[in-house]
Amino acid sequence: MSNWIDVCHIDDLQPDSGVCALVKGQQIALFYLPRLQLVFAIGNYDPFSQANVLSRGMVGDLGGQPMLASPMYKQHFYLHTGVCFEDANVSVPTYPARIENDRVAIQLPE
Amino acid sequence: MNTQQTLVVIGNGMVGQHFLASLVNSAAKERYRIVTFCEEPRAAYDRVHLSEYFSGKSAEDLSLVEAGFFAEHGIEIHLGDKAASIDRQQKTVTSAKGVVIAYDKLVLATGSYPFVPPVPGHERAQCLVYRTIEDLEAIQAAAAKSKIGTVVGGGLLGLEAAKALKDLGLETHVVEFAPRLMAVQLDDGGGAMLKQKIQALGVTVHLNKNTSLIDDGEHCLHKMNFADGEVLETDLILFSAGIRPRDDIARACELAVGPRGGIVIDNQCRTSDPAIYAIGECALWNGQIFGLVAPGYAMARTVVADLADNDASFTGFDMSTKLKLMGVDVASIGDAHARTQGALVYTYQNGSSEIYKRLVVSQDKKQLLGAVLVGEASGYSTLLQYCLNGIELPENPDALILPQRSDESVGLGPDALPASAQICSCHDVSKGQICSAVEAGCTTIGQLKTETKAATGCGGCSALLKSVLDCELTKLGVEVSTDICEHFPHTRQDLYNQVMVEQIKTFDDLLDKHGKGLGCEVCKQAVGSILASYWNDYILEKPHIGLQDTNDTYLANMQKDGTYSIVPRVTGGEITPDGLIVLGQVAKKYGLYTKITGGQRVDLFGARVEQLPLIWAELIAAGFESGHAYGKSLRTVKSCVGSTWCRYGIDDSVGLAIELENRYKGLRAPHKIKFAVSGCTRECAEAQGKDIGVIATENGWNLYVCGNGGMKPRHADLFATNLDKQTLIQYIDRVLIFYIRTAARLQRTSVWMENMEGGLDYLKAVVLEDRLGIAEQLEQQMQHVINTYQCEWTTTLQDENKLKRFRHFVNSDQADDNVVFVEERGQVRPANSEERKHFKLIEEAA
Repeated sequence: MSNWIDVCHIDDLQPDSGVCALVKGQQIALFYLPRLQLVFAIGNYDPFSQANVLSRGMVGDLGGQPMLASPMYKQHFYLHTGVCFEDANVSVPTYPARIENDRVAIQLPE
Repeated sequence: MNTQQTLVVIGNGMVGQHFLASLVNSAAKERYRIVTFCEEPRAAYDRVHLSEYFSGKSAEDLSLVEAGFFAEHGIEIHLGDKAASIDRQQKTVTSAKGVVIAYDKLVLATGSYPFVPPVPGHERAQCLVYRTIEDLEAIQAAAAKSKIGTVVGGGLLGLEAAKALKDLGLETHVVEFAPRLMAVQLDDGGGAMLKQKIQALGVTVHLNKNTSLIDDGEHCLHKMNFADGEVLETDLILFSAGIRPRDDIARACELAVGPRGGIVIDNQCRTSDPAIYAIGECALWNGQIFGLVAPGYAMARTVVADLADNDASFTGFDMSTKLKLMGVDVASIGDAHARTQGALVYTYQNGSSEIYKRLVVSQDKKQLLGAVLVGEASGYSTLLQYCLNGIELPENPDALILPQRSDESVGLGPDALPASAQICSCHDVSKGQICSAVEAGCTTIGQLKTETKAATGCGGCSALLKSVLDCELTKLGVEVSTDICEHFPHTRQDLYNQVMVEQIKTFDDLLDKHGKGLGCEVCKQAVGSILASYWNDYILEKPHIGLQDTNDTYLANMQKDGTYSIVPRVTGGEITPDGLIVLGQVAKKYGLYTKITGGQRVDLFGARVEQLPLIWAELIAAGFESGHAYGKSLRTVKSCVGSTWCRYGIDDSVGLAIELENRYKGLRAPHKIKFAVSGCTRECAEAQGKDIGVIATENGWNLYVCGNGGMKPRHADLFATNLDKQTLIQYIDRVLIFYIRTAARLQRTSVWMENMEGGLDYLKAVVLEDRLGIAEQLEQQMQHVINTYQCEWTTTLQDENKLKRFRHFVNSDQADDNVVFVEERGQVRPANSEERKHFKLIEEAA
């Protein structure tokens, strides 16, 4: 069940910033946070602006929780859960992600 | 088991909608399937601010219904269909279109209709009323054919209607039957002052006028004949002589109604049939009709509580009111007419400032019974609180209406209010509820509005709400923080000094030394800007890239669909024909939308990330460079054509503009910076609306600073006169670097200067007299920025690694399929969501 899908090389990521990958037809935003030694994968679609732009937002934390700020209207999404800070009724999908042997892989739901 | 009953609401006006909005937030919601009838073609809108329709607001702006409200809450709305009859035996409602709905509970919110006096001739053409948006459209159409308009009725609504006629450009008259304006709310003195002020605004007021006949005029469409023999010619007549409850549907099914109309209700707003409620202006409580929206809202909430089996009752409503009529503040509180036995009256009248105030107090001078304020109503909240809460008056009550000539304040601090004091009457929010919300963590007005709904109705209580908030925060020991964000316990100015003194070169270094956590978009952008101002490194170097907003990251401006716009620099707005041709050719080749900006440049819209480097390669090859439209940085130096061509030009404004733009281009600052240079005092470049403005005179250049356009325009201040070019540039260097060093995050020069202790004089002392002894330092720092200038696009195109960033996917060359354009006026624009669906269908079919 846990099928890791190879996405790209770690050098394709931008430290403390995001890139977008196309995985099985879906747009996935990938964020690499070197201070946490973690890579996060979430949907690239911004539910507020209805544009595929989340990978171009800025990352950081709110109250210690890693977050992403949408580049369009600046709503915050928690990277672990995808839940929006300003409106907990809104969230974006999140996907398991890892770095192994300098390759980035994620899992998509079956 | 489905136990859901059906609740039918007749009428979707302000009160009907308030009822629905309260109901869906209550426990009763689950019990009912909700159906509502709305006679008008559109759902509830703000009738209180109807006259704003003529000053530019659209029907949509006036709407009180959030998009998707009915669908989201499963409410069945029958728009444009009037409920025609009620069968109380069968418990059904039948609409004009023949829809029949069986109800378990029924709420009548049918409102009122304007009363038209039965004067012979009242049914003539261009004799209108003022109630609905359709009425407004009819008024607008009639006004287009009219020169003179007359409102019959000098009450609150009549004066609103008069404002509407005035806004439509008509010579406006108000005809009132009573001997004063706003006879219900004001006493003779207040009414007289109001009349004086309104006449001064160009509206003619006729009092004691009883219209007996309307017939053909000689110069106008109508002639109004008054009982006293006088006449008034007018093209348009608006009746606003009061309202009458719309109770016909209730009469027809034999609900109890009052002798002069109105559906009789009890304290739970139930009619004579316990399954039927009535709320708002159609309802008669204790022999009274309430012609304001707030009591209607209170009735709506009472019914919601009753439906949820909570105890609630409507026991009358304070009709105090404060409003702005044609820009004149008017307020009336409680017993304005001093009808209470033994009441004493204090009056303050200031003829030169046109202010009238009247206090009505109890015989023992301890209680405030009522008040009238005309021309100045800032004391309304305080007086209302005294009146509603029975707070004991100060020894000399007249101090409350006399002008304050010393620092001594007689205002009622929020601390003096009991917890039960009502702060927001539209949503019935007490001081106690606000205090609890503050204790629970609300620290801003915005949070309080979301949490309690206070100040989200008419907004009249905003100032009071703010003072309660500040007072409570102080009591809780909360200091208003000036920290930039949770990651740095410092202001932007502190961070700038840390970078400068400790020669810090990266965000990570600053975070390790002075901050905590990972940072956020607020501190990252601020520090990114500080580092760029101070060191002027290439902003896309690895340590800086995560500090840039998407516009800086892609060196272009993100638009609503995720594409970007491109603005090449056109210094001083001067461009060659060849330059124009290149811009046109590039735009055409890449299918870009083109528009001229306010800063005398050309903006190219609709570029996808992967197209940006290709487009820039062509622009740079043709001699263009980055315009920094994406940065908080120097944007443009606008200029008029100046002495080289203009008959009136005193000096070469274009030449100076180009020199200044080339000097300061790329300079990053707390916010964007705009310049302009005018070649003479005719000021065609609008230099006085810019952060830095320069105007040519016979004796040299005049320098203006700290102006801006935008949301809150501010004229720039004259800073120094008759300067030679070298001195001018020296002063601009100093002002700009001092601004960059000391301004707060995202603070324009105007706000920076206004908040600076000592203001303009202090800034002059620092820049012109070098009071701080830092002038040379400031100039040196500017020289460093100038020496290290680079066109960020030229640098980017030379670096393979940087270019990797300019593609939509890291692992594919495909483009974003969500970006779809359609054509409008011969150019592309982003498709809206409807159009996009259409495209998807075509694609799938193909």
